Amino acid sequence: MATEAADGGGPGGGRGDATLARLRRRFEGPNTVGNSRSFWIGFAVAVLALVAYPLAVGSYQASRFSLFLVYAFLGLSLSVVWGYAGVLSFGQVVFFGVAGYTFGVVSVNFATPLGITAAFLLGIVGGALMAAVLGYFMFYGGVRDVYVTIITLVSTLVLHTFMAQTAGDEWTIGTAALGGFNGMPTIPTLAFGVGPVALTFDSVSFYYLVLALLVATYLGLRALVNSDYGRVMVAVREDEDRTRMFGYDVKRLKFTVFTVGGALAGLSGVLYASWGNYVSPQVFELAFASLPVIWVSVGGRKTLLGAVVATVGIEFFRNSLGGEWAFVAVGTLLLVFILGLPGGIVPWLHRTYLDLREESGAPDPADGADAPEVSES
Amino acid sequence: MSARDPAGRPNVQHTPAHEATGPDTDTLLQTDRLRKDFGGFTATDCIDFSVDEGQLRCLIGPNGAGKSTLLKLVTGTYAPTSGHVYYDGIEITDLEPHERVRRGISMKFQVPSVYGDLTVRENARLPIQRFAGGDERRRRVDDALAAAGLAGYADVPASALSHGQQQQLEIGMAAALEPDLLLLDEPVAGLDVAERDAIAERVTRLNRERGIAFVVIEHDTDFVAEIADEVTVLHNGDVFREGPVDEIEADPAVQRIYLGGEE
Repeated sequence: MATEAADGGGPGGGRGDATLARLRRRFEGPNTVGNSRSFWIGFAVAVLALVAYPLAVGSYQASRFSLFLVYAFLGLSLSVVWGYAGVLSFGQVVFFGVAGYTFGVVSVNFATPLGITAAFLLGIVGGALMAAVLGYFMFYGGVRDVYVTIITLVSTLVLHTFMAQTAGDEWTIGTAALGGFNGMPTIPTLAFGVGPVALTFDSVSFYYLVLALLVATYLGLRALVNSDYGRVMVAVREDEDRTRMFGYDVKRLKFTVFTVGGALAGLSGVLYASWGNYVSPQVFELAFASLPVIWVSVGGRKTLLGAVVATVGIEFFRNSLGGEWAFVAVGTLLLVFILGLPGGIVPWLHRTYLDLREESGAPDPADGADAPEVSES
Repeated sequence: MSARDPAGRPNVQHTPAHEATGPDTDTLLQTDRLRKDFGGFTATDCIDFSVDEGQLRCLIGPNGAGKSTLLKLVTGTYAPTSGHVYYDGIEITDLEPHERVRRGISMKFQVPSVYGDLTVRENARLPIQRFAGGDERRRRVDDALAAAGLAGYADVPASALSHGQQQQLEIGMAAALEPDLLLLDEPVAGLDVAERDAIAERVTRLNRERGIAFVVIEHDTDFVAEIADEVTVLHNGDVFREGPVDEIEADPAVQRIYLGGEE
């Protein structure tokens, strides 16, 4: 492959170009769409547009939009677990909710910037830990395929029932009442720092924090899925038994990826709880639990970009439409995509774009010969 | 050292497991009363089966004889109901499949399952990347592709390969692990004569040049006759006959079980 041949090619062009090429290679590969210079230009434009968005629409709309960006971490968590490692989890909201509640309990008890910073980290750890425990018993217990889906779904419903009955005084941790069906309504706004040196994130600053975290997470995950480890993840998705025959510890891989997915869902949950200053058992409801599956299916589960675009897009649409009809529309969307475009919208758009460019006979020179995507036509 | 037949091949006998661990034997794989039940059905019943180092042993028998089950018990894909598996003198019955692979056992499953979306090179890289990086990895990948006759297809998606090429790629991927024992489940099913001959040549070369021991499940008698040192016939979940190819071929009882008659 030209990518590899270029490694030993010595300092051919300018040093800056070489560094850029090396950097790009880290984020590119057959496991992601967008391995061309035009993609990265488009990516930079999209990020700049998102940076400019609050200036154009004001802080209220920016704050509303930041919720959709918060959900994108939840979408990404399922994309990694299901789309890349082949484990269809209906329980990403478990880790989301556990992290949200953890953040709530800790931050209500220690409502200083330091306490909230700790709550932020503990929330993510809580989500990851919950996933690790569940994942350990499933994957080391030999649970596979659809049974993982069922167990994660049941975990969601169990937590819903459990959290809904925490209305009594005995369910108060320190000064934080879990609140049963009404949830926890007085969770502090996110803040990082110690004592006087602290940053509080509300509306626009929260938006920018989430945007920065999302860009970093997206790039980090791109590097992950295009690494050696990512290739093994995809191999497990395609054929578990065969991947074992190459000497890979598939159980440990699934456990690890599931735990990372739990941490990502946890990050989403923590941001969610601090965004609305609120968390309730609604996050464990079936309707909410099915949303990540819909986002990721519609966007294209085998692409990280699809998860982000579809999550933000669908939630923007659902939020704008409002009410029960929004759920009907989203459900219809899922059916249409599963029947008509099972690979999801982003891979389809990407393929169409590549086909069109091929027809017009204008290959992108920056794509190089190493672009591993081969159109399937 | 076990006795050898006039052709110089190791004379495989039912060596008890405790002897297999002894220093004076070249037995690589040994199963000891290996049994696997699926519900009320016994797929393999107390099988004692062994393979010597560098031996090319074919495993034949009618459908349902327990051939694939036996291989999956050896790789750890299935856990046995009872019995033991020894490899290189060490019991591996309770090891995970990937641990067995790391000790030198590899397997190609019956259905070709290359990663269709990935290029041929990406496929070949998967087994190799576990233990080799950088230039070493590149060299090994190139070698594996060249040996599989696929050097010209490196950047083609694996799904675009023919069935025979996919089989070659898979054998190449398994061989890239540099195993001491390679298990092949019907490597030439559905192939034409030229493709079958190519696989036969490949397997024979891996066996002769690299000393890899093979267990090959195959129904194609010409293929078996061409490659095998020894043949084991399974029937109703147990070893029915063992011996050199010509002996097994001439055995009327073996012919009867293949034709569905009673022995």
